[in-house]
Amino acid sequence: MTAAPQATPLAQAAAATTSQLVPALRTSFVAALVAFGLSFPIISYHAESNINNELVLIGRWPLSFGFAAIVFAFVFLRQMANADWRIWFDRVGAIAAGGMGGALVQAAREGEGVAPPSRARAWFSRYFGPFMVGVVALFPLIVLGMLGPAGSLKWINNYGVQIMIYVMLGWGLNIVVGLAGLLDLGYVAFYAVGAYSYALLSTTFGLSFWICLPLAGTLAAMWGIILGFPVLRLRGDYLAIVTLAFGEIIRLVLVNWVDLTNGYAGISGIPHVSFFGIPFNDEDNGFAAIFHLPYSPIYRTIFLFYLILALALLTNLVTLRLRRLPIGRAWEALREDEIACRSLGINTRNTKLTAFALGAMFGGFAGSFFSVRQGFVSPESFTFIESATVLAIVVLGGMGSQLGVAVAAAVMIGAPELMRELDWMKRIFGEDFDPTQYRLLLFGAAMVVMMIWKPRGLVSTRSPSIFLKERKAVSGDLVKEGHG
Amino acid sequence: MANFLQQLINGLTLGSIYGLIAIGYSMVYGIIGMINFAHGDLFMLSAFIALIVFMILTQLLHLGSLPIAFVVVLIGAMALTGLWNWTIERLAYRPLRGSFRLAPLISAIGMSIFLSNFVQVVQGPRNKPAPQLPNHVFKLTGGAYDVTLSLRQILIMVVTAVLLAGFWYLVQYTSLGRAQRACDQDRKMAALLGVDVDATISITFVIGAALAAVAGVMFVIYYGVVNFADGFVPGVKAFTAAVLGGIGSLPGAVLGGLLIGLIEVFWSSYFTTDYKDVAAFMILAITLIFMPSGILGRPEVEKV
Repeated sequence: MTAAPQATPLAQAAAATTSQLVPALRTSFVAALVAFGLSFPIISYHAESNINNELVLIGRWPLSFGFAAIVFAFVFLRQMANADWRIWFDRVGAIAAGGMGGALVQAAREGEGVAPPSRARAWFSRYFGPFMVGVVALFPLIVLGMLGPAGSLKWINNYGVQIMIYVMLGWGLNIVVGLAGLLDLGYVAFYAVGAYSYALLSTTFGLSFWICLPLAGTLAAMWGIILGFPVLRLRGDYLAIVTLAFGEIIRLVLVNWVDLTNGYAGISGIPHVSFFGIPFNDEDNGFAAIFHLPYSPIYRTIFLFYLILALALLTNLVTLRLRRLPIGRAWEALREDEIACRSLGINTRNTKLTAFALGAMFGGFAGSFFSVRQGFVSPESFTFIESATVLAIVVLGGMGSQLGVAVAAAVMIGAPELMRELDWMKRIFGEDFDPTQYRLLLFGAAMVVMMIWKPRGLVSTRSPSIFLKERKAVSGDLVKEGHG
Repeated sequence: MANFLQQLINGLTLGSIYGLIAIGYSMVYGIIGMINFAHGDLFMLSAFIALIVFMILTQLLHLGSLPIAFVVVLIGAMALTGLWNWTIERLAYRPLRGSFRLAPLISAIGMSIFLSNFVQVVQGPRNKPAPQLPNHVFKLTGGAYDVTLSLRQILIMVVTAVLLAGFWYLVQYTSLGRAQRACDQDRKMAALLGVDVDATISITFVIGAALAAVAGVMFVIYYGVVNFADGFVPGVKAFTAAVLGGIGSLPGAVLGGLLIGLIEVFWSSYFTTDYKDVAAFMILAITLIFMPSGILGRPEVEKV
């Protein structure tokens, strides 16, 4: 685009604005009407139980009208923007860089498909991962330095450890979904197996965490094979539903087998983590006393953080190494075309089962970490929504991309946690306003919006594990996983 | 024998509700090949809508006649739930049509989480007890163990049967139904022959939602209580019913619903109520593994 036809888009924009006004108003009015219809009984009336446990209705019409008004404004603005946003966008670009800007914008818009391999990009992709690991490894120390032991506890525990658990689960599930293309909606089952393995082994036999960790991983892997075996023939959506059913069955068994698992009440009094035998308490043989530090609960949290970081990095390392081995290539080949795989002599049964077993093993590791961190497990922690969250992290991260999964976990887990920090909003909306109750609401909405915005995930390019002469990034659109 | 008869009646009632929900899954899967994960939560939403509409009629408008109230609630819930599903399809699923297969599934899971939490936020997390309705109970046999059939159960079974007949006519004998079956078979070909595919898919979602709303009304009448978390398990059971009957097949969905209802009730009666949900999930897994095309479904042929 050159600077000469600059006047034409301007005139077009002006003409478009007036001619678009009436239809835009009409569309927005219809949208507002639909919004009002949607809100009619469910928002405009609140059914509340009174003292006699009878329902009474409380009218809330202003909310309903407000909702319709917001939809009206939103749709109207979008309509107006839609009419000429490209023209405006190009114009801004043209003014900014004298024609070059518009061309760049155009190129950027067209170049979304396959990213050209440039040196800066290669450098970026080579060093960004290790750099991020360094930042994450220093995170507790930075927070500790900035906020002190009391203030940093919340940040390291609620953000650091919590996000790292989901990074690890995401990386574990990534083996099954991202690499092998087997859609698993029951991943939480293996997380539960790991958690209950540690809980039961440590409370019944007094085994230490370091003995239980491999045991929990082995047991989870075994369950991965047991549940994987019957579903070998299934693909895609059906596989997802059967794995969902298995996940729910394991949870229901945990709920109902009261003799073993204590049902809904859960197992409490699980031994906490120790620093290779040195407990984190305020006694003379505790961690603080031995290292001549003032006692604080923060040391245990920091140790937990490095523990989960190490476990997650182990998952990552194993995945990255396996991708270069024949088994990893077989997984990715299986994801692309199962029939072609079979005709080329790949044993699809073993390939699928190893993916299930390995993914489950890392889920089991994460599970036993979960129970050593909490000191308490109950079936409530292993509901379907956990599986959905982990799957959403993997898909949103761009399936198969390790970095994308980590970023997605930070966004999906960190953002709802941040909602807890919004106490200042009470000053605007009154004391009754509780931002935390909107967490899951926004979480669900975010899943939908993210899918529409980036169905291929945040990092939608792949670096192939095998290549001729030079490594080229492959667009995610060319990869067809999800067919199972 | 008396117990068996009683459980048969209870099972058929429960099965009618599952069957109505299952049709929504089955039709949507048939036409766009997607598991509409939010369907169970839509059913729960419709139960809430029905409850509130009923209370508006009786408390605010002081409507005395229960049959009129019932009809208004039924129609109102069907229309409003249809509007909800139409909007959901427009916003959450249509932009992802033609995208890779996982995207609509994730979007639907997000929608399911959104809907249940939306209801929790706007209506509160506690159980909502429905107002007590008069319920006549007929005794079918005498003796030590009375087999009873309540007015509610008759109502549920009759309304289900009538609506299914009407719906069957709609799909089988009207131009709308033909368009829908055409999209079911081959969307591209249907579009080439002048079928408005987008509109047909929208209408499919609306019809599915309307039938789920009928199930929602029945649920409130039958159990007398509704909670924001009530969508998930009936949703999964109805999906099991759709799969068991053969997904994509409408008589199959109803048959599957009745079977699941009967199995659940008999399981609870003769074994243990603790594991009744496990039984439903096991049936789902076993059906998908050993009989993926269900009882009345067509086997899926894969072209290489």
